Amino acid sequence: MERPLTKNIRPGQEPLSLVEYEQAGGYLALRKALTSMSPKDVQDAVKASGLRGRGGAGFPTGMKWSFVPLGEHAPKQKYFIVNADEMEPGTFKDRLLLEGDPNLLVEGVILAAYAIQADRAYIFLRQGYTLAAKRLRRAIAEAYAKNYLGKGILGTGYNLDLRLHTSAGRYICGEETALINALEGRRATPRAKPPFPQVSGLWGKPTVVNNVETVMNISPIIANGAEWFKSLSRSVDGGTKVYGVSGRVKRPGAWELPMGTTLRELIEERAGGMQEGFRLRGIIPGGASTDVLLPEHLDVKMDFDSVGKAGSRLGTGTAIVLDDHTCPVGFVHNLEQFFRRESCGWCTPCREGLAWIEQTLRAIESGAGEMSDLDMLAGQCRLLGPGNTFCALAPGAVEPLQSALKYFREDFVRHIKGKKCPWK
Amino acid sequence: MFSVLSVKDMVTIYIDSKPYEVKPDQNLLQACLTLGFDLPYFCWHPAMHSVGACRQCAVKLFKDEKDTRGRIVMSCMTPVAEGMRLSVDDAEARSFRASVIEWLMLNHPHDCPVCDEGGECHLQDMTVMTGHVYRRKRFPKRTHRNQYLGPFVNHEMNRCIQCYRCVRFYRGIAGGRDLNVFSCHDNVYFGRHEDGALESEFSGNLVEVCPTGVFTDKTLKRHYTRKWDLQTAPSVCVHCGVGCNTIAGERYGSLRRILNRHHRDVNSYFLCDRGRFGYEFVNSEKRIRSATCLPFSASGGKPHGEESRKIGKQAAVDQITKILASAKGVIGIGSPRASLETNFLLRKLVGPENFFAGLSDTEHRLVARIVAILREGPARTPSLQDIRAADAVLVLGEDAPNTAPLLALAIRQSVRNKQFEIAAKMRLPAWDDNAVRNSGAGARSPLFVATPYATRIDDIALRAFRADPVGIARLGFAIAREIEPSAPELPLAADGTGQDIPALAREIAAFLKAAKHPVIVSGTGCLNEQVLAAAANISRALCLAGPSAQLSFVLPECNTLGSGLLGGRTLDEAFTRMQDGLADTVIIAENDLYRRAGRREVDAFFRKARHVIVLDHLRNPTVERAEIVLPAATFAESSGTLVSSEARAQRFFQVFLAEGDVQAGWEWFDDLQRSMGKQPPGSETRLDDVTALLGREFPLLAPASSAAPPASFRVAGQKIPRQSHRFSGRTAMTAGADVHEPKPADDADTALAYSMEGHEGAPPPALTPRYWSPGWNSVQALGKSPQETGEETNSGESGVRLIEPTGSAPGYIGPETIGSEDWEATVAPPRYRIFGSEELSMQAPAIAEMARRAEDIPRQATGGNASHE
Repeated sequence: MERPLTKNIRPGQEPLSLVEYEQAGGYLALRKALTSMSPKDVQDAVKASGLRGRGGAGFPTGMKWSFVPLGEHAPKQKYFIVNADEMEPGTFKDRLLLEGDPNLLVEGVILAAYAIQADRAYIFLRQGYTLAAKRLRRAIAEAYAKNYLGKGILGTGYNLDLRLHTSAGRYICGEETALINALEGRRATPRAKPPFPQVSGLWGKPTVVNNVETVMNISPIIANGAEWFKSLSRSVDGGTKVYGVSGRVKRPGAWELPMGTTLRELIEERAGGMQEGFRLRGIIPGGASTDVLLPEHLDVKMDFDSVGKAGSRLGTGTAIVLDDHTCPVGFVHNLEQFFRRESCGWCTPCREGLAWIEQTLRAIESGAGEMSDLDMLAGQCRLLGPGNTFCALAPGAVEPLQSALKYFREDFVRHIKGKKCPWK
Repeated sequence: MFSVLSVKDMVTIYIDSKPYEVKPDQNLLQACLTLGFDLPYFCWHPAMHSVGACRQCAVKLFKDEKDTRGRIVMSCMTPVAEGMRLSVDDAEARSFRASVIEWLMLNHPHDCPVCDEGGECHLQDMTVMTGHVYRRKRFPKRTHRNQYLGPFVNHEMNRCIQCYRCVRFYRGIAGGRDLNVFSCHDNVYFGRHEDGALESEFSGNLVEVCPTGVFTDKTLKRHYTRKWDLQTAPSVCVHCGVGCNTIAGERYGSLRRILNRHHRDVNSYFLCDRGRFGYEFVNSEKRIRSATCLPFSASGGKPHGEESRKIGKQAAVDQITKILASAKGVIGIGSPRASLETNFLLRKLVGPENFFAGLSDTEHRLVARIVAILREGPARTPSLQDIRAADAVLVLGEDAPNTAPLLALAIRQSVRNKQFEIAAKMRLPAWDDNAVRNSGAGARSPLFVATPYATRIDDIALRAFRADPVGIARLGFAIAREIEPSAPELPLAADGTGQDIPALAREIAAFLKAAKHPVIVSGTGCLNEQVLAAAANISRALCLAGPSAQLSFVLPECNTLGSGLLGGRTLDEAFTRMQDGLADTVIIAENDLYRRAGRREVDAFFRKARHVIVLDHLRNPTVERAEIVLPAATFAESSGTLVSSEARAQRFFQVFLAEGDVQAGWEWFDDLQRSMGKQPPGSETRLDDVTALLGREFPLLAPASSAAPPASFRVAGQKIPRQSHRFSGRTAMTAGADVHEPKPADDADTALAYSMEGHEGAPPPALTPRYWSPGWNSVQALGKSPQETGEETNSGESGVRLIEPTGSAPGYIGPETIGSEDWEATVAPPRYRIFGSEELSMQAPAIAEMARRAEDIPRQATGGNASHE
């Protein structure tokens, strides 16, 4: 099985240097693109591959790029940004990739920036990822030294500057427009769309923001073609996916597997199943902001459409496992505590609703819940839905809660009736 | 055939299945409010537009006729489109709006009874509108620490509903830097980085911008009254020449506060802090309340050490009549801070040849020059709305932020036009505030500031140029020549200074020529006529070269231009006439001569005068020299007409009846005329009569009669009530003296009544005593008035422009035609302070405190990119 994203990663060792990366086939894709492909060709190749964004929303990458105005009348200044602000609870795939193969990211950035004709790119990195920062700096410096970055790349007329920006660290910076505001040195609050960043983004100029894993797929796609990329997958969505599992499993971790690998394979084979004495009660499949699935959903294929049909989202593809020794109310409370804290405070439903939700869950967990709280919580989940809030933070934040209320209602009731947490 | 264009310009939308015609370039919230729907909102503001933060204005939008499910959208963020179908009344939309209020009220204290905002709180109104009554959340409310923000604005953060309007106004509109939003999630905090007086001179607008009681008027707090208990009338600010429209409110004989009165062409939605908080001079202990007289002394003048005594209105009139009848010569000195009517009747009383305008000599000369320039053209004087629409502005010699703050604010808005231009190219709606700002990325239309000292609009200027007035005039002449080579030249200084002028002039000229709506702003600030000539020449050159340049002159006082139009002789001549013994009696109206000329000259003048009669509001050095002092009503106790620097005649209306002998200047002079037999006895002179007579004698001022509807104006047969229909205590206010409810006073001078009774609906803008609409008790009620939503306000009869250029100017003004006084005068030009330079506002304690502070700590120029968030 091919692992285009992780083939160069040697756990516990330094990542490949640029020379080693080149020896492993690196930068051939860039050479190919710059010498024989137009920006449009690169876009078309990515479009044909069916690559969908790996940050959680799953938007087709090639289509995202195609909204950038190109040609004579388009603004000259354009930007490409890598969203490396990985802060979704339970998600650590980008960290693995950044630390393991920074050169693959840098090459992807150059290809993507070329495809939209950006001459300035940024990597917006989560503050806590210090090791990734160190390794990225080296990869960028080596790329400059070899003229993969800078002026007249590979003797062509194409110029690109790449800067690493280590952010101050807020979950909301994962939202691309909040990220852009933060990069401009302003409060990290999202922007209303339209205008979309592809038209008016960083400093008002056309901008594309892509997730780390998405960008790392670009070089392999250019090198091997769309058909190859599609053939890697076990589903309609092309390519591989870095899946992860955390919780009381025997071998928590992250693995690059064909897109469409089932939850069962992930949990039972890759993660080695549940630890002794622990029973699987639920799975949050794609990071904290997705709906809970149950053991009955283990045969769901982890691709965008299949997980959606099961009532959740693929999200980041990194699952959190809930076991029978863990209180589901406390579990959800923990998540909502995070989301409350990370709300940017711009729009009313998210700012006030998540606080109310968190306080109520805390009350239930501590034995001070009331039966009417359940209706209130369910009501808040509906009210914080898409379209009602300014961005997707709150709708994502209530996903685990709304499904927990559905699947673990009796546990909530036991808390309230018993006036204490049965797990304590 | 009828043109169908106007119909086509409108689009049809369906609200709850009924078709409505609306303007296409707006959002659904604006459209709904304009149509009269009660749709609640918080973060939207007609001058700050939409950002979609509060989520309060949710409506249901349907794809088409068949769509029954629809989806919730924020009306403020949804552009109007042809055939669009929406529901305001939809159950889900209603329930969502109720939820937003519930969220906002989770932490809002239930302190309405003790909150200054109570009764005019937008949050209160919206809460009642959505029907929220019961707080379901059983956890403690979040609390904040409040800050000391200076003498103007009170801070109570616990009431905050996080609509972000305050910072959007303070930073995004006013360019302030010391108020911001801190922290995040349900703990966001709006304030300063530490306690301290707000630095922006527009901070008082926070009081109106805040939809609840976070920012309230601290001066009102000291003599607090509920909105419904204020007796209010439309007024015009008297603290500079801009002529901002205000609403002044009184209770129990003291003036309590000033609010903004919207005027699209003037102040729009905002006031400066001098205009908002300067009103307390009306309540000052220095007020003159009774007519007083010194014991008659044959030698004339004020006998040293003698106490003046109250003599009453009639005795004062009689005594003055006696003095005037026996005088060897009477001169009258008017004032640029007195109304047209007061100046005019003084002129009538003493005769035109004996009337002196009361400006300082330099100012007199400058104002005469300005009147000539404005009348002859070719450039027209812009309204503030025209300045806001300018795409290039040159400020020549005027420290506008200190001398005409709202004009400076208009300039600050004008530089944003570049952003609107960029947004329009990207087909972004102008009302999508963040989209406009983000896509504009801080781009600014060109602004050039050439002044002797740093100004608080330098931060948004493309170039700021510092020079003495002559250097500024040189730059101006050079710019005119760059635009149009036949313009006259002012040679560079012999000492070699100003070498940078030619290159700068070229740059400025290029920007002005490229602009569609360039505006030149100058004024009397430099006390230099060459500067005025330079500004006139630039505007002339531009008009000849193509663009329709406009030329704005900043004048220092509320009726300086009115004084200029009335004419009158110079103060110097008055002094000479007295010294030469051609006159022995002087009547001074609302003017402290010590502010107009040197102490020695004025002293000599008073020593020589046998009788000095002074009419004014407040004790001042000139009043001290008077034999007879007449108490003059302030703007709040009288009605009259002022001419703003734009040459807009505007009417201010009496708010309340003054105590004691106080009456309007023009009423005193009318009494004197009558007493002297110049008016038929028994007849009554009304304000409209004076204004009409004025118009007959000064055809240029004739339109001033229509500055506001006349006293005979009625709506449905009714006058406009100064008191709200909820005015309380009417029967109890005077019960201590008499249990019978007094008959409300008549007001024969205006269409307003000292009563709760009258027309309750929206009157014409010039007569608007308060903003109110059923269910809308806050200033947001303004937005409910169909024609007033957004910037498309139809100003109706609120003021009238007096000067449109005739284009008769023979040509450029040659530098040689201007007297040498300014030419030589390279002494330091005056510095102006928003708090401190103006006479009356300095008697308001809060303004005086800020003036003292300014002496301690120099006010920082607002630096950085203020238009950027």
